[in-house]
Amino acid sequence: MGRHRLAVLDGHWRRLVGELMRRFLLIAIPYIWLLALFLVPFVIVLKISLSDAAIARPPYFPQFDWAEGIRAFIAELDFENFLWLVEDDLYWKAYLSSLRIALTSTALTLIVGYPIAYGMARAPEEWRPTLMMLVILPFWTSFLIRVYAWKGILSNEGFLNQFLLWSGLASEPLQILNTTTAVYIGIVYTYLPFMILPIYAALERMDDSLIEAAEDLGCSRLSAFWLVTIPLSKGGIIAGCFLVFIPAMGEFVIPSLLGGSDTLMIGKVLWEEFFSNRDWPVASAVAVILLLILVVPIVLFQRNQQKEQESEE
Amino acid sequence: MKRLSVFNVVSLTFGFAFLYVPMLILILFSFNESKLVTVWAGFSTKWYGELMQNEAMLQAAWVTVKVAVFSSTIATVLGTMAAYVLVRSGRFLGRTLFSGMIYAPLVMPEVITGLSLLLLFIGIGLDRGVLTIVLAHTTFSMCYVSVVVSSRLATFDRSLEEAALDLGCSAAEAFRLVTLPIIAPAVVSGWLLAFTLSLDDLVIASFTTGPAATTLPIKIFSAVRLGVSPEINALSTLMITIVTVGVIAASLVSKRALVKQRQEEQEAVRTS
Repeated sequence: MGRHRLAVLDGHWRRLVGELMRRFLLIAIPYIWLLALFLVPFVIVLKISLSDAAIARPPYFPQFDWAEGIRAFIAELDFENFLWLVEDDLYWKAYLSSLRIALTSTALTLIVGYPIAYGMARAPEEWRPTLMMLVILPFWTSFLIRVYAWKGILSNEGFLNQFLLWSGLASEPLQILNTTTAVYIGIVYTYLPFMILPIYAALERMDDSLIEAAEDLGCSRLSAFWLVTIPLSKGGIIAGCFLVFIPAMGEFVIPSLLGGSDTLMIGKVLWEEFFSNRDWPVASAVAVILLLILVVPIVLFQRNQQKEQESEE
Repeated sequence: MKRLSVFNVVSLTFGFAFLYVPMLILILFSFNESKLVTVWAGFSTKWYGELMQNEAMLQAAWVTVKVAVFSSTIATVLGTMAAYVLVRSGRFLGRTLFSGMIYAPLVMPEVITGLSLLLLFIGIGLDRGVLTIVLAHTTFSMCYVSVVVSSRLATFDRSLEEAALDLGCSAAEAFRLVTLPIIAPAVVSGWLLAFTLSLDDLVIASFTTGPAATTLPIKIFSAVRLGVSPEINALSTLMITIVTVGVIAASLVSKRALVKQRQEEQEAVRTS
């Protein structure tokens, strides 16, 4: 009897240990993966941004050496690269110009995207899944190919210039490719689905009787739109703007394929610092500052998402 | 009553034209006889023929597919685990850090992710090639998978799992027999998302690759930098076609599965 009870207890015990072990592994495996391949690399970037460039492999100094100890190692680190970034106005200009390009193209994407999202939300219910699909589909096709498509359209002999000349809107080909305008077009085009989807989600949830009530109470359609529709879709607008602004800020592919030599963007500077100049410490310092600039919008974005989720529940 | 005004029709027409006309032009000019991609000189499929003969391109395509299959599969396993942890595991030490690390890669500029991973690989002395690209792609796409899967996990009825546990299933059996079939559509779309993200990626792959492994986006990027070429148009057309067919097929299948699942659930409610 006692032995039997012990066996049962043993079984329970083993099961409990098994469950705990399983729970531990379930958490530990993805956790360790992300620590090793997401967090640790950032610490390394931070460390190298404080190191000095050296003509060696790898091209920075100091290397971490257990024998010398941590204190000696830290003593070798300094903020020289950051001072360099402050002194050389190329970097200032690149950060400011990225900020300007990202802000402008976010505004443009909103202006282009809102009417589309609005039209989708008003379309007959049976069309909506198809329209959704049509917005999502470009997101699945290669980003690089979508940017490349514009290269042929915007060039001097391209489709757009042929059209402008044919229609008489322009008397000579316009130089659009390799200018900042082309970068705006590229960003608006590739990030448009990110703007449309959250706004559409907000508009679709909206109760139409609110607009009718506003109109019954004497609002014109325009002021009803301004006073009711826009505030109710605010969450979607904010989410869409962050989803465009944050990646646009560090964009590399669009400025290097569509922009000209005068289009300064920080993603491109980082790339060139790393691949052409082989200055790893400066590239790391550029990355650290870009990240510091983006921390504010990223935190604001996550707060907005949390608020939206809570309001849904 | 919703009203679709003239303004709505116009904005939808122009909006979708803006989204699709550039790609249609790209596809059209892949069938152009002339080497110039701006002047139409008659129908031809010769660029597809040349593409099939381009050894370097085919080699790159093979590397890309290999990387995408491995990374998306590992990312799906890790991402599903992470989603389960986020939605089901309650509180544990470092939970905030964990969810932060899941969401941060989604908004991280690619240049930063690429640079930091490269510095890690060099720091630990790992030779750059297919393995390092797979590790890099797995890391960022597992976060996308976990977001997709966790939104499905959060909406489904937990009492089903509890019923299985009450009926004597172990936690692993309950997961395999109840949870997994229910979240399967989300897991599949997570895999597809991870797969296409990996196929597309240029920046992170450029940082983490070595001379031994060139992926298709790297190849396309270096060709496209020099200008427009009909061969790249042909390649783009093939990629667009494959993705379009794949996405439409997947959405039809998952729609059918969803309808069937709803019916079964209703059936179960009625019979009980």
